[in-house]
Amino acid sequence: MGKITFISHDGESHEAPIAEGQSLMQIATSNGIPGIDGDCGGECACGTCHVIVDSDWVSKVGKQGEDEEEMLDLTPERETTSRLSCQIKVSEEMDGMTVHLPEYQM
Amino acid sequence: MSVLDQVINKAQATIPLHVQIRGAHLYSRAKRAVLESARPPVFTESPIPDVADVPLTEIDMSNPFMYRQGQWKSYFKRLRDEAPVHYQPKSAFGPFWSLTRYKDILAVDKNHHLFSAEPYIVLGSPPEGLDVEMFIAMDPPKHDSQRQAVQDVVAPKNLKELEQLIRVRVQEVLDGLPIDEPFDWVDKVSIELTSRMLATLLDFPYDQRRRLAELSDLAAGNSGATGSVYELDETFDAAVEMSQQFANLWRDKKARTDAGEEPGYDLISLLQSHDSTKDLINRPMEFIGNLTLLVVGGNDTTRNSMTGGVFALNQYPDEFAKLKANPKLIPTMVSEIIRWQTPLAYMCRVAKEDTMINGQFIRKGDRIVMWYASGNRDERQFERPDELIIDRANARSHIAFGYGVHRCMGNRLAEMQLRILWEELLERFDDIEVLQDPEIVQSNFVRGYSKMMVKLTKKQSA
Repeated sequence: MGKITFISHDGESHEAPIAEGQSLMQIATSNGIPGIDGDCGGECACGTCHVIVDSDWVSKVGKQGEDEEEMLDLTPERETTSRLSCQIKVSEEMDGMTVHLPEYQM
Repeated sequence: MSVLDQVINKAQATIPLHVQIRGAHLYSRAKRAVLESARPPVFTESPIPDVADVPLTEIDMSNPFMYRQGQWKSYFKRLRDEAPVHYQPKSAFGPFWSLTRYKDILAVDKNHHLFSAEPYIVLGSPPEGLDVEMFIAMDPPKHDSQRQAVQDVVAPKNLKELEQLIRVRVQEVLDGLPIDEPFDWVDKVSIELTSRMLATLLDFPYDQRRRLAELSDLAAGNSGATGSVYELDETFDAAVEMSQQFANLWRDKKARTDAGEEPGYDLISLLQSHDSTKDLINRPMEFIGNLTLLVVGGNDTTRNSMTGGVFALNQYPDEFAKLKANPKLIPTMVSEIIRWQTPLAYMCRVAKEDTMINGQFIRKGDRIVMWYASGNRDERQFERPDELIIDRANARSHIAFGYGVHRCMGNRLAEMQLRILWEELLERFDDIEVLQDPEIVQSNFVRGYSKMMVKLTKKQSA
């Protein structure tokens, strides 16, 4: 079973096993990854599951949706590879992927 | 742009705002003297009947005494169970739909394409001539650019700078409180701390901080907008004073930075350092609107959660004991307090097209009230919703900040203020005893306290 690594703002690293078909936000919260809130429960309506995907992996996770763009526009820590993790469906293809967490989820 | 618009814009940019507001005030008074329809509604308190004795069609949640009389819970429960999308055709504020279930509120809140925040987010309307431009009542894309201009004040870098300052302010206030004798928590703690925070965020003259909170109260509510006690003339006077103060603040800051002073972490410095907002003073309606929004947004909300938390822990003493045994629960408790209190009861939207919400047909142009206060007590979302449970697993999913593009911009600052307050309270006091039922403000929008007598017991080891 594959793994995804979450690196917090202060450099701490946490891993979560891939659960096929779940969202990246779900696997983060069900594995107690600190720094992912997911307040709206995966509705793409709060922006508190923001992650920054390492550029090597952008092609694997796909593009932001329109609603997602609108929510990301509201976060001051947005970067070009920013995503809302509730909108990323994880698959075994993402084994070994690294994502970075912003300092605050807004 | 039409010629008339150009003239209006030019006039707004050249005539000082407080003079414009005085003009609008005169016009409003004349109109009210002549036209009955121009007078705001008058609310006289009378006992609200038990919800079981009222036909469903007559339930009117815009009544500004619902909360004060403690009837809001049973009324909302009946609506959630029997008519989750409920129409009230003849309220004092005109017809509106009420949404009371968590899921329906979330669905509407996130869909700004179909449900507009314009022109107002309260049940009534602000006085004619005072309908200043606030991004909370704008749709994208205009909303987005205006919000982006000010949101750096609550960006992580700034929050970090503010944290220590907030802590010192909290410590000063708490160290000055009387021990073992009754005092008003609202006055000495909630309003005082909020005033200090607002003055800090704006770099407002510190000795006038209480006036800032008073002006904010006046600007946010009047009988025609939210059913509150303030009269239109008071609101106009407050708007004049506020616009003069804010314009002075702006010019003073500009002169100081031009003279070589380092810009601070306050809102005015941030606005003056951004290209898109450095000339904001020349767009007075936008200038006053956005500053007022940030002041009002930080005034009634955190203040009432500061009082509500103490009130709630007195009603649930086992939870208070749990907190004292494990202060690590503070962050979750903060979310739970915000859910339990829900300091702003609702936000309004207008349907842009004919549509359906939970099986109910809504016409284009209909007004929809998303009752956050009810969504946060929805049994379908929260177990035992009326209870304060400080380690509630899904406390963070409360709807008090709203969802979607209008989600509260100050949410992290609010949480930080409440967290620091509770950290410092637990350091100092063994008990905060509420001595009698608090006094509740008159409003259908703000769920607030005007007085709550308490007594502090000093921590034995402290």
